[in-house]
Amino acid sequence: MKPIWYFVGLLLVIMGSIIVLAGVYTVINPPPEQKVLAYLHPDLWWGAVMIIGGLAFLLANRKKTVE
Amino acid sequence: MSTIGLTLADWLIIITYFAFILGLGYYLKRFTKNQEDFFMAGRKNSSWVAGLAFLSANLGALELMGMAGNTYKYGMYVAHFYWVGAIPAMLFLAIYMMPFYYSSRVHSVPGYLKWRFDEKTRVLNAIAFAIMTLLVSGINLYAMALVLHTFLGWNWHVCMWASAATVAIYVSMSGLLSAIFTEIVQFFLIWFGLFLITLLGIVEIGSVREIFARVPQSFSTLWSTSMDASQNGMNITWAGVVLGLGFVLSFGYWTTDFLVVQRAFSAKDMRSARMTPVIASFFKMAVPFLVIIPGLVALILASDPKSGFSLLQDAGHPNYDSTLPLLIARYYPSGLAGLGITALLAGFMAGQAGNVSAFNTVWTYDIYRSIINKNASDESLLWMGRVTTIIGIFLSVGTAYWAKSAPSIMDYMQAIFSWVNAPLFATMLLGMFVWWITPSGAFWGLISGMGSSFALFLAVKFNWLNAQILTLSSPASDMATNFWRAWWAWLICFAVTVLVSFHTKRKPKEELTGLVWGMTDVEKFDSLPWVKRPEFFAVISVIIFIALNIYFW
Repeated sequence: MKPIWYFVGLLLVIMGSIIVLAGVYTVINPPPEQKVLAYLHPDLWWGAVMIIGGLAFLLANRKKTVE
Repeated sequence: MSTIGLTLADWLIIITYFAFILGLGYYLKRFTKNQEDFFMAGRKNSSWVAGLAFLSANLGALELMGMAGNTYKYGMYVAHFYWVGAIPAMLFLAIYMMPFYYSSRVHSVPGYLKWRFDEKTRVLNAIAFAIMTLLVSGINLYAMALVLHTFLGWNWHVCMWASAATVAIYVSMSGLLSAIFTEIVQFFLIWFGLFLITLLGIVEIGSVREIFARVPQSFSTLWSTSMDASQNGMNITWAGVVLGLGFVLSFGYWTTDFLVVQRAFSAKDMRSARMTPVIASFFKMAVPFLVIIPGLVALILASDPKSGFSLLQDAGHPNYDSTLPLLIARYYPSGLAGLGITALLAGFMAGQAGNVSAFNTVWTYDIYRSIINKNASDESLLWMGRVTTIIGIFLSVGTAYWAKSAPSIMDYMQAIFSWVNAPLFATMLLGMFVWWITPSGAFWGLISGMGSSFALFLAVKFNWLNAQILTLSSPASDMATNFWRAWWAWLICFAVTVLVSFHTKRKPKEELTGLVWGMTDVEKFDSLPWVKRPEFFAVISVIIFIALNIYFW
């Protein structure tokens, strides 16, 4: 079977992508009520961190199988 | 309060999580062919998989929310739960106890009690554990519904049944394997979902140094205010912390609670099994950075009227558990809010899955096969495991509805552990390290320990006994009473076990091979370089543990 790390990577990439896209949408259409520290755009960079982390797991385990 | 409004992106994150874990359960089903696969995940896991699952089984959302809230209430003293209240016990399990557990190839902790002592001690512990597990699982389910109802405005019944059904589906498909996989997914979701609160909290306040400078001094130290119970928020002395939490409750939980120990049993070999708690110990020491900093940030914000931050109020009292959800609402924009909520959901559901997978194992091996069907076949045990998963979930839902009608049972969570685990630790300690402890000594010691813990709980609750007599200090907080009650229950179990063992029949030494210290050939890993041995990593863990305690003294 595929190792668990492969699935962790897949989930992080999917969720990170949704968060980055939501962040881009928020930049284009700012909501009427901003969150505290919204000017830091944590959704953009945190989503990117998730995608990078997820890709690392995916690539490292894409050909691996475990018992 | 107005509820946290979720956007399309938040919903997409939540739906992705549900679809993902159900898909994972379905994928793993094809690899679950027999009872060993279902109950022990085939005993094929690496130390990293077992180690992260070992930690995650304990890293529930209820604990994270509760500890962030407790930090708001007690300050840095909460770090004791993660450091002195966990690390020594985890390392003791790895180095001294795992050789007996793993080499005996038992399926459960009660299973070990059967080989070391006898059937009646095993059944007594199995029944107590099964009841405790279902209670905790149900309370966990109720707590999840309470959080989702309060902060998101979701319907109670839908929350409870939807999460219970999801857990029932994926655990009944592939048992412990799917529980472990979802626990690891939960581990990453919790770190990615909640660590950002810590970072943004530090940015808002200015720096970590600024955070510690702005809280009362007794809230920023670990030990320096522990000589006098009245000088710290938890109203407890160092003796209560060390004996009650650091020794009895911690060792009782980490070394005997089958929910966590089961993860180590799933490891592929002895070295991996011993490395499981060692790896978990490093991550356990990091958890305070997820809960302590947010708790202190919330405290600072709440004391600053300009921040606009305040905890929810329940009948005029602060609702400390609202700390983390309110910080999510404060900092997280669309998408990230969904991730934060999913992290909490994952914590709740993985906690429930962990309880159910431990329950189905103990029921199937230690009650069903031990009492009801002694000649059960492999297929019959696998079938029973799946059926028990469904029944366990239904019983958890029943307990959740009970908790909903009587919310005060939430207060008993901590007490439940001291009823079951604290005395059991005395039994296991004596059983593993003293060969002449007898089956009758173990049985009556356990009965006395569990009974006295429960009796002391009732005596304090109904004011038959002044809590200060129990805690040997004044004032006596609920937390201090819990710690000290666990200590007395352990001591009573220990004393009764020894006394009864003096006067009852011992097991022949040849029946104790592989079960007791001094009668077991413990694998030394002499062929391995010393940097790959569990002991080496345990020493590093101890050094970090000591450094953290000194730094925050």
